[in-house]
Amino acid sequence: MGAALEIRNLHVSVEDQPILQGVNLIVRQGEIHALMGPNGSGKSTLANTLMGHPAYDVTAGQIIFDGMDLLDLETDERSRLGLFMAFQYPVAIPGVTVANFLRNAINARMKDDDPDSKGIPIPAFRKMMIDKMDLLRMDHSFGGRYLNDGFSGGEKKRAEILQMAMLEPRIAIMDETDSGLDIDALRIVAEGVNRLSGPDLGVLVITHYQRILNYIKPQFVHIMLDGQIVESGGDDLALRLEEQGYDWVRERQNGNGR
Amino acid sequence: MSDAEHLEGLREAYAEQYGFHDPDSSVFKTRKGINAEIVAQISAMKNEPQWMLDYRLKALRIFEQKPMPTWGPDLSSLDHNDMIYFVRPAEQEGRSWDDVPDDIKQTFDRLGVPEAEQKFLAGAGAQYDSEMVYHRIKQNLEDQGVIFKSIDAALQENEDLFREYFGTVIPPHDNKYAALNGAAWSGGSFIYVPPGVKVEMPLQAYFRLNTASIGQFERTIIVVDEGAFLHYVEGCTAPIYSTDSLHTGVIEIVVKRGARARYTTIQNWSNNVYNLVTQRAMVYGDGSMEWVDANLGSKVTMKYPSTYLMEPGAHGEILSIAFAGRGQVQDAGGKAVHVAPNTTSQIISKSICKDGGRSSYRGLLKVYPDADNVKSTVVCDALLLDDISESDTYPYIEIENPHVTVGHEATVSKVGDDQLFYLMSRGLSEHEANAMVVNGFLEPLTKELPMEYSIEMNRLIQLQMEGSIG
Repeated sequence: MGAALEIRNLHVSVEDQPILQGVNLIVRQGEIHALMGPNGSGKSTLANTLMGHPAYDVTAGQIIFDGMDLLDLETDERSRLGLFMAFQYPVAIPGVTVANFLRNAINARMKDDDPDSKGIPIPAFRKMMIDKMDLLRMDHSFGGRYLNDGFSGGEKKRAEILQMAMLEPRIAIMDETDSGLDIDALRIVAEGVNRLSGPDLGVLVITHYQRILNYIKPQFVHIMLDGQIVESGGDDLALRLEEQGYDWVRERQNGNGR
Repeated sequence: MSDAEHLEGLREAYAEQYGFHDPDSSVFKTRKGINAEIVAQISAMKNEPQWMLDYRLKALRIFEQKPMPTWGPDLSSLDHNDMIYFVRPAEQEGRSWDDVPDDIKQTFDRLGVPEAEQKFLAGAGAQYDSEMVYHRIKQNLEDQGVIFKSIDAALQENEDLFREYFGTVIPPHDNKYAALNGAAWSGGSFIYVPPGVKVEMPLQAYFRLNTASIGQFERTIIVVDEGAFLHYVEGCTAPIYSTDSLHTGVIEIVVKRGARARYTTIQNWSNNVYNLVTQRAMVYGDGSMEWVDANLGSKVTMKYPSTYLMEPGAHGEILSIAFAGRGQVQDAGGKAVHVAPNTTSQIISKSICKDGGRSSYRGLLKVYPDADNVKSTVVCDALLLDDISESDTYPYIEIENPHVTVGHEATVSKVGDDQLFYLMSRGLSEHEANAMVVNGFLEPLTKELPMEYSIEMNRLIQLQMEGSIG
């Protein structure tokens, strides 16, 4: 049976300001979920909290992954456990090539499993990287460039997908991966995600816009508003958002609250 | 882990690899302190000609007269009288490792020197305390007239050539520590590359301290004759002692017309060593001098490799890397002095500080009045790994000619939380993530090194980073 990421009644504050106010969500390996919501609803806060960013303060609730309490674990430990986040704004690391970085990241995983591991041999690594680049239709010269340094917006997002392909996570969170991409870049990134998805990968696509969901088909769609998931359903929910915007969701919330 | 435990871990890592020491098996040492009698004793032990004794005594007087330099790091706890100025490690210098006393040979084995010599060097020298215990160059280079021997042997065997250059690039009155070296010098390399000869693989000398409270006064002369090429590498380590030691080298280099020389230092002294070194090259027409100066160890380092561009077409490059950890002061940089027109220079400095370490870039760019059409670039970047470390920049610029093109830029950056979070989200520990940012910062310089040395550099940086982040 596949692993699950379970978010239970999660409350998160940033600089003492409450942002998430009781989020509940389960993402299993093999499933694709979309989390949608207007700006400021708390989507990126959820992504960063799942990955353990130190600026996000969990005040209540739990995050369980494969039976482990993630809140006890550092960011790197969560990653080695099989959690991945594609960043909205990938960070440049000048002087470190994509290949060198990925080999170190893979070796960190191998050493975690076996402290005596010598890491992945360079030829095996090279083959793996070329295979994944071919799968994602990426130019092989990518591996020799400095990580995100001088990359265009589209290149940064593709580098994120390449990292995901190489690290083979069990659950991947895509934090507004579609933001700032033109339609061609969006299609390429979405195709990459589709090629990687399968029974071993659970995906949580976080997005403001419906358009990425023309390319990535989620089984589950959730709507976040004011730090809570207020609607869940199938991909018809995404279409309704596309047609009607978020106003009806907000009205329904106000109606419920009355 | 507490800070103290981290520091202990770092000390252990250095101690295991470099910080060990051998039992004292020296064959002779002077008593502590320096004066005319001790200088005469050193000269007599080496059977030197009278002119050299006279030179040493003159240099000693200059040393005694010059005040302590106060413009840089604090040297007030350095006690010149509490040091041993000469320790002879062995009766004679070996031409084969079998001739080197066993425990000394084992030390260099442990440091990987004979292995490196086998694998990728054109020749190797090894100094242990005050004198060279080994020097050897490949036969084919010797056949082409390349001289690579200990400087003491050169004085005995090639006195005319030695005298032509000794003290001509760095006279004893240059600074207080150059004067001290002039009085107490012992060991170092003498290299002469004849016109047109290209030494493709590096020559390497390894400097090792063993005795506690010792002063090591390496003196090196390198002459690269017209159209020739040489890459010389020096490495250095020492045991960890609670008392201070001193390494005061003087390195004089002459690069003749159309020749090219590269001098690479990987300085990894233990944190009880004062490293006060004067290095200077004179470069003639169309010649080129490259300094690659990496300072990772020591308690205090003051070192500014200098290049004097003496004739048109001469070019100088200085790449300076400094890494200051807890309790360390790295005062490093470089000097480019444009004496002639149509000369070019480039100084690139990268420094890293952590755990309260201090690094300074101190550099001089000087252009003489007659030096038209000079082009020079100075870039200094500093990377701070925490809030308690400090970095300073002292870029002295003296330009006496209006027709120059000079670029200068300086940056200071801090490893950002965003960078760490990003790297850690891919499974790297905080420690590995920091090391990766540092390696990336230095990459433009480490890629200039031959592969073996860039691997060594990365390893040493890893060691410096170990246990550092808490």
